[in-house]
Amino acid sequence: MTMSSSTEFLLIESVIKIAVIMFVLLTAIAYLTWLERKVIGHIQARWGPYRVGPHGLLQPLADGLKFMFKEDIAPLEADGPLYWLAPFLAFLMAFLSIAVIPFGESFTLAGHRIALQITDLNVGLLFIFAVTSLGVYSVALAGWSSNSKYPLLGGLRSSAQMISYEISLTLGVIGVVMIAGTLSLREIVNQQAGLWAHSGVLSLLPRWNLFLQPVGFLVYFIAAIAETNRIPFDLPESETELVAGFHTEYSSFKFAIFFMSEYANMITVAAVATLLFFGGWLGPVFGPAPLRVILPVFWFTLKVFCFLFFYIWVRGTLPRFRYDQLMAFGWKVLLPVGLLNIPLTSAVVAWMHYSGGFRLPGSG
Amino acid sequence: MEILFYIFAGLAVIAALSVVLQRTPVYSALSLIVVLASLAVIYLLLDAPFIAMVQVIVYAGAIMVLFVLVIMLLNAGHEGPSQHRAKFARWVGPPLLVAFLAEVAILIWKQFGLTGTANAAALDASPAAIGRVLFRGYVLPFELTAILILVAVLGAVVLAKKQF
Repeated sequence: MTMSSSTEFLLIESVIKIAVIMFVLLTAIAYLTWLERKVIGHIQARWGPYRVGPHGLLQPLADGLKFMFKEDIAPLEADGPLYWLAPFLAFLMAFLSIAVIPFGESFTLAGHRIALQITDLNVGLLFIFAVTSLGVYSVALAGWSSNSKYPLLGGLRSSAQMISYEISLTLGVIGVVMIAGTLSLREIVNQQAGLWAHSGVLSLLPRWNLFLQPVGFLVYFIAAIAETNRIPFDLPESETELVAGFHTEYSSFKFAIFFMSEYANMITVAAVATLLFFGGWLGPVFGPAPLRVILPVFWFTLKVFCFLFFYIWVRGTLPRFRYDQLMAFGWKVLLPVGLLNIPLTSAVVAWMHYSGGFRLPGSG
Repeated sequence: MEILFYIFAGLAVIAALSVVLQRTPVYSALSLIVVLASLAVIYLLLDAPFIAMVQVIVYAGAIMVLFVLVIMLLNAGHEGPSQHRAKFARWVGPPLLVAFLAEVAILIWKQFGLTGTANAAALDASPAAIGRVLFRGYVLPFELTAILILVAVLGAVVLAKKQF
């Protein structure tokens, strides 16, 4: 095989992968909104959307069309370029992090090895955090450029909230990184393969990082809910006090873009939680070759779905925090717990390393 | 790869000029973010993905967010041309700047020539290698810096707190 044909193949492969992933993601976002309305409906003893299509299944399509044909109203005093930039920034940052998320084993097709991931960065986890940290700008800029009091307050609040909880978000995963000894997401998942023991009760448990880092997982998961501005941390758009927070002044498709980014972010944090703590695509795999490719993707999707369902469940169950409670919880509870988890984990990792007894996933 | 370098180097220079020339503080801050992000891409091209990501997380994602937040809090709007500019600075500043840039250019030219290349492959820029250097060779400066930052944080809390 010549060099140029392999480069060409890589290019075609990447374009196809990006197209397929974008399509799947956009569909998933559309049906996540449907799922959310349905589940919340049933939690509140209602039916949820029921009119458009069977069980309201065409509701997302109708919503999308409606958003597209609504009049796009911008405030007269808004800061033009930034007002436009903010939603697209949100969209870009939400979709960029998907690029490094692996969702299945690699397989060989017509002599080419195809990885189920757009790009395998060896600092994949850091890339996700870098992109997430830039996501704050879309919210802050949307709030500022609208030139209106509610968006400004919402933007300020959410910037402060996202900065505060980002620290806990990072602290939550440091334990996993220390155990794994790598920042590559594919590597971290591969290290979680297998069961804890060959016999006994432990043989029922997969080698997921969740069992090594329960505290890290809790810190990550709570911080992730805050980072995606979901209830009970949805202070940035608490409608009872701020109308709709940072996107009050956005209408039509620009509002739809904010909405889609929020759901894309939910999927990203759920996917990262699955990869870091729940063994990613690992699960029972059997049967013929095609099934061996599809089953890991199925397990990955199932785990992500469980997280998303949990998100919606939380929304249907918990009331919203007050702003001072939110800040106090972030800085006085979540941050110290996340910090304490790190010396504890590092002590255990160092002890394992030098005693050479019980093997950790990353040490073999 | 080379074309990517020229695109992002150019972007960094243009954005850097925009930081100085913009009249609205928010635009200046945003231009600075573009500079930092372009530098991150250049680090990436130099085979240093860890440095690139840390650049984005620390500078663009944390420090600049605080800048933007403060500008938004102050609600600093459009600024007119400066009223109190020293005549002295106008006449001495530009020649000094040119002299400084010329000096840097000459130094680089003497060191590497016009088409010099840095050997990026010789350096291991993986997170593990950086960690080893940081926590073995430079552990004392690293810890001292950490204590310095902690003191600064405590100082900020003390200053911000009105009563004890």
